[in-house]
Amino acid sequence: MGSTNSTLSKIPNVEELMQETGFTPAHIVRLYDRFEALDKEKTGHLRPQDFGAINRLAMNPIGDRIIGAFFSPGQETVDFHSFVRILAHFRPADKKHPKDPSMPEPVNSRTSKLKFAFQLYDQDKDGKISRAELLQVLRSMLEMQVTEEQLESIADRTIQEADLDKDDAISFEEFRKSLEKVNIDHKMSIRFLR
Amino acid sequence: MGLFLDFNPFDNLLCILLGISFTVWFTLLLVFIIVPAIFGVSFGIRQLYMKTLLKIFEWATHRIERGAKDNNHLLYKPYSNAIIAKEPTSLEEEIKEIRRSGSNRDLDHASEFEMSDIFYFCRQGVESIMDDEVTKRFSAEELESWNLLTRSNYNFQHISLRLTVLWGLGVVIRYGFLLPLRVTLAFTGVGLLVVLTSIIGFLPNGRMKNFLSEQVHLMCYRICVRALTAIITYHDSENKPKNGGICVANHTSPIDVIILASDGCYAMVGQIHGGLMGVIQKSMVKACPHIWFERSEVKDRHLVAKRLSDHVEDKTKLPILIFPEGTCINNTSVMMFKKGSFEIGSTVYPVAIKYDPRFGDAFWNSSQFGMVNYLLRMMSSWAIVCSVWYLPPMTREEGEDAVQFANRVKAAIARQGGLVDLLWDGGLKRGKVKDTFKEEQQKLYSKMLAGQDSILPTFQAVF
Repeated sequence: MGSTNSTLSKIPNVEELMQETGFTPAHIVRLYDRFEALDKEKTGHLRPQDFGAINRLAMNPIGDRIIGAFFSPGQETVDFHSFVRILAHFRPADKKHPKDPSMPEPVNSRTSKLKFAFQLYDQDKDGKISRAELLQVLRSMLEMQVTEEQLESIADRTIQEADLDKDDAISFEEFRKSLEKVNIDHKMSIRFLR
Repeated sequence: MGLFLDFNPFDNLLCILLGISFTVWFTLLLVFIIVPAIFGVSFGIRQLYMKTLLKIFEWATHRIERGAKDNNHLLYKPYSNAIIAKEPTSLEEEIKEIRRSGSNRDLDHASEFEMSDIFYFCRQGVESIMDDEVTKRFSAEELESWNLLTRSNYNFQHISLRLTVLWGLGVVIRYGFLLPLRVTLAFTGVGLLVVLTSIIGFLPNGRMKNFLSEQVHLMCYRICVRALTAIITYHDSENKPKNGGICVANHTSPIDVIILASDGCYAMVGQIHGGLMGVIQKSMVKACPHIWFERSEVKDRHLVAKRLSDHVEDKTKLPILIFPEGTCINNTSVMMFKKGSFEIGSTVYPVAIKYDPRFGDAFWNSSQFGMVNYLLRMMSSWAIVCSVWYLPPMTREEGEDAVQFANRVKAAIARQGGLVDLLWDGGLKRGKVKDTFKEEQQKLYSKMLAGQDSILPTFQAVF
C-alpha cells in the first residue's frame, strides 16, 4: 500500500467518481480499503456472501434488503464504483451548495435518501409499497415477537394513514408526504471522522 | 591438499580471519546471551537498545510528516479506532427521536409502527458495511508512528535521502545481523530443550527431577526469549500462579507461551502436532506432566474437562496455562472467553499480556501467514516489547455460572491491559454470527412497539 495518491491511481475514473458522489480523496481511499477488506478473494467485485460476512449486518433484521440495495436487478456482483455510489446516499447533505435546477439531483439529497429507503420497502420496484410488501418488512423486523394478526393490523393502520389516493398501496409521493417532518438528513447520514 | 599450495597465502589469511570471527562470535553469544539465560540475569543491553530505537523512530516519523507537508501529499493518517462517527444511542432512543420529529400525534399513542422506523435499521446496516468493530479486530492494528518497517507503513515513499538511507541501514541490520543471530539462538534453545528434557526423562520421579525439569524449561525459554529479542516487563509477580491453579491469559500470538513460560513453570495444554512441534511436545512431557490431546480427543469436552480437573487436583503438578479465547486477536481487545476452563472450579490466575506495537506487531493473522512465515517476520522486526501483568487470583462465586465467571475474568484482564472488552466471540473470525443476536434485535424492537419501557441492558454495550 502506498500513500493516498498511489491508492487513488489504482482506481479507474476516480475523478468522475468523486465528482458524482462528492466524496473527498481521503474518503475514497478509506472506502477502497474497506472494499478490499470485504473482498476476501481479491476478485475486484463483491458478492452477497461478502456482505454476509459482516456480522452486525447479518444480525440486522433488514440486513438482506440492505445488501440487495447494492445489487442492480440481475447483477450478481458489485464493483467499487457502484459500491461507492450507493454509499454516497449516506453522505451528509451539502448545506453550502445552492439548489441548481439544471444539475441532476445530488445523490445525497433528501429526495435521494427517501428513494433509497423507499426501495427497501418496495422490493418489486413497481413504484408502490403494496400491503404484502409492507407485511414482509414488518415480518422481518418483528418475526416471532408478534402474531400474524397483529402484523396485519399494523399494516392496515399504516396504509390507512399514508394512502391518500386510496389505492391500497403507498406510492413514493405518499411516502414522502408522510415523512415530511422527519429530519431525514440527520437520520440517514453517516459522518466520516477526519 | 598439495593442489592448493599453488594458491596465494591470501586464502589462508581469509580462512584464519573467518575462523577467528566465528570464535569471537560464539564467545560473545555465549557470554552475553546464553549464560545470562541460564541464570536468569540481564545485562540491560536490551533496554538500552529499546531507548535508542525509540529516538530514531521519533525522528523518522517527524521527517515523514514534514516531508508530506512540503510536498503537499495527503498523509493517510491511519485511523485509530473508527472511520465513521457512530452515535451511541440505543434502538429505543433513536426510533423515538425519529418519530418525534415526524409525528403529528402525541407520543403516548405513537407506540405503533411508523414508516420512518426503517431509517434506524437502514443506517445501522450501512454503518456496519462501512466500518465494523469486529472485522477490524482481526487485522493488524495500525500505527501512529513509523518504526522503519515497511510492512507497517502506508506512507512510505521517497521523502528524503536520509530517511531512505536509514531505512536501508535498518534492513541490512535486521536481515544481515539480527536475523541470523536470532535464528541461531532459536535453534540452540529448541535443541537444548529437546535434548535436556529427554535426558531428564530417564531420572526417577521425585523432587530432583522436578527441580531439574523446571530449571531446564526456564533456561530454554529464556534463550528463546532472547532469540526474539523480547523485552518483557513483569508486573505484580507476587500474584504468580501456584500449583493446582489455572492460569488464564489473552492470546495474541504463539509467542505468548514463550513469554509466560520464561518467567514461571506451567503445564501446557494442547493438541499433539506432527513434525518438529510433535517432537518438542513429546520430549517435554518426559520431564514433567504436560497435557497433550490427540486430535480425536479434542472434540470430547468431557474427556478434556476430566483430564484438566485431574491435573489441578494433584497439588504437586504445575499450574495449567490456558488461552480461553481460542484464536489470536490483534491485541487491542479481549473477545469472549470460552467457558470450558472456568467450569473446572479451581482458582483462576488471570494474566494480561499487552504488546507495544511500536517495535513490531506480534499479531498472527493465521489466515494470512503460515507459522514459519510468521516466525521469520517476528525475528526480522526490531524487538518485541510487551508487558505482563499478573492479576490477583479469582474464584467462582456462589450463584455465578461459568459464563459470568469467564466474563468477570475477561473484564479484569481487559481493564489491566488497557484493552477493549468486547462481547463478541473470537470464533467470529472464521464463522458466522448466531441467529440469537438477530432475535435480540427483533425482541428489542417489538418491546418498543408494545409500549414497554424495559430495555435489555446487556446489549447496550454491543450497540
